[in-house]
Amino acid sequence: MTEAALSAAPTARRSFLVGNALPIAIFVLFAVLPAFAVFSAETYLLSLVTRVMIFAIAALALDLLMGYGALVSFGHAAFIGLGAYTIGILSSHGITEILIALPVALVVAVLFAWLTGIVCLRTKGVYFIMITLAFGQMVYFTASSLAPYGGDDGLTIRARSTLAGLPIFGNDRALYYISLACLLGAYLLCRAIVASRFGRVYRGARENPLRVATIGFEVYRYQLVAYLIAGALGGLSGFLLGNATDFVSPAYMSWQRSGELLIMVILGGMGTLNGAIIGAAAFILAEEWLSGITEHWKVIFGPLLVLVAVFARGGLIGIATRLRGMRRG
Amino acid sequence: MADEAVLRIEGLGKNFGGLRVTDDVTLDVREGELHAVIGPNGAGKTTLINQISGLLAPDAGRIVFCGEDVTTLPMHTRAARGLARSFQITSILPGFSALENVALAVQARSGTSFRFFGRASSEEALNAAARQSLAQVGLAERADVPAGELSHGEKRALELAIALAMEPKLLLLDEPMAGTGHDESARLVSVLRSLKGRFPMVLVEHDMGAVFALADRISVLIYGRILASGTPNQVRADPQVVAAYLGDEME
Repeated sequence: MTEAALSAAPTARRSFLVGNALPIAIFVLFAVLPAFAVFSAETYLLSLVTRVMIFAIAALALDLLMGYGALVSFGHAAFIGLGAYTIGILSSHGITEILIALPVALVVAVLFAWLTGIVCLRTKGVYFIMITLAFGQMVYFTASSLAPYGGDDGLTIRARSTLAGLPIFGNDRALYYISLACLLGAYLLCRAIVASRFGRVYRGARENPLRVATIGFEVYRYQLVAYLIAGALGGLSGFLLGNATDFVSPAYMSWQRSGELLIMVILGGMGTLNGAIIGAAAFILAEEWLSGITEHWKVIFGPLLVLVAVFARGGLIGIATRLRGMRRG
Repeated sequence: MADEAVLRIEGLGKNFGGLRVTDDVTLDVREGELHAVIGPNGAGKTTLINQISGLLAPDAGRIVFCGEDVTTLPMHTRAARGLARSFQITSILPGFSALENVALAVQARSGTSFRFFGRASSEEALNAAARQSLAQVGLAERADVPAGELSHGEKRALELAIALAMEPKLLLLDEPMAGTGHDESARLVSVLRSLKGRFPMVLVEHDMGAVFALADRISVLIYGRILASGTPNQVRADPQVVAAYLGDEME
């Protein structure tokens, strides 16, 4: 190795740390948080942050669609619902094995993404939004009419998933760290995809689909694959949510839920992936805090959202970037 | 003779409502040749290019590219077969750097793009080929600039670099000089001249100076019909062409 290469190695490591300061901080914070949970508040804190991480996975998936592909899906909660219902229904038949339940949940989500994607992706813009919403509502009403599985009232999941018979979701801390591992995996996967050859074509199609097609790529195929990946991540999120709440109901996939996912991504900052996690945290923590003040918390939250939409087009990430830019002069 | 043609268009027809925009157009482009298509505004030149590239489906006729009937093939398939085009209205990826715009085109012809791991921007083979295309159009220094921030002339050159990076078997150029200043347009003409012979080109252009300087053959399109077709000298001398079109342009 040459001298130059030797001295370059630590610099490269430092620039990696600086360039990834935000995600490293986020994940370190998630990792050490349980250690700081005071005994009495532990259950509350763990379940709250677990919820943040689970929704962050779904928000990441949505950011992959919206932020990098300009595919604004208004039905993404359907995938969460499908994942949660899969383990709920399997569990009611006595199947809790994770090696069965998780693959089934993912396959169901991907299958739904494929069936709807081949239709949705033929449309663009507002029509894409409307048609994803329509498919989301179809699943919602289907679940509502599933009388054997609780119908409108939802389904209590009697037993959490087990791994080879072991109750790995048995305590809150385990659930917390499994969710964290899934979030980290989802995050790294999305980062890799965005920077990959596939991601370059996919991002190019957002910039100028006609140009990408005249270069020789069939845009639709790339968008469909991204849609399947986003669907699978939504299913994973639902799988974890069902285990975390021991319950699933049609409300998990209502259009309001899909709207909340959109808000998380926009609030955090679209097309950054980091923003999806921050947005999910900000949304759920704000909901928790404001709903403690008043039950009409949306009266406060609504105007806050308007402020972000008007004054911070890049979301919370955008605000942070601008503040840093100002400090540097 | 016809077998040597890289592109052969036979009896092509296209209507927009009651308007006949392409009327029984037959022409061919031979290996190594630059075939210019000229004509007044609204003559149907861009519509013709759009049908060749696959953006528009013709109502009648056939398009044969490298011996294969491509009339019904979608745009991306034709591009993958080696049919590259530039657009009259600049069509680039504004959020990508100039280099990445071209690297994407290189990527299209080098291996699968269904690869989800590994940074595409670190693939030296793609970057090296992309830099070479940028250098050919004089944009080597501007590789890292976001394409949206390039000047108009530079965007026109980038458009050309993207097409070059596809290593086309035929290049369709839809008014590559549109909206450029005198110097930039002269620079683009010299770039095109340097490309002549490497692959055949169809050039649609209003700048008659450029057309007569570059073209091996010229077809004159008026109201969707081919009025005349031949070498620059034949076309220049054709009384019909002079009366219908060139008369005004030449003055």
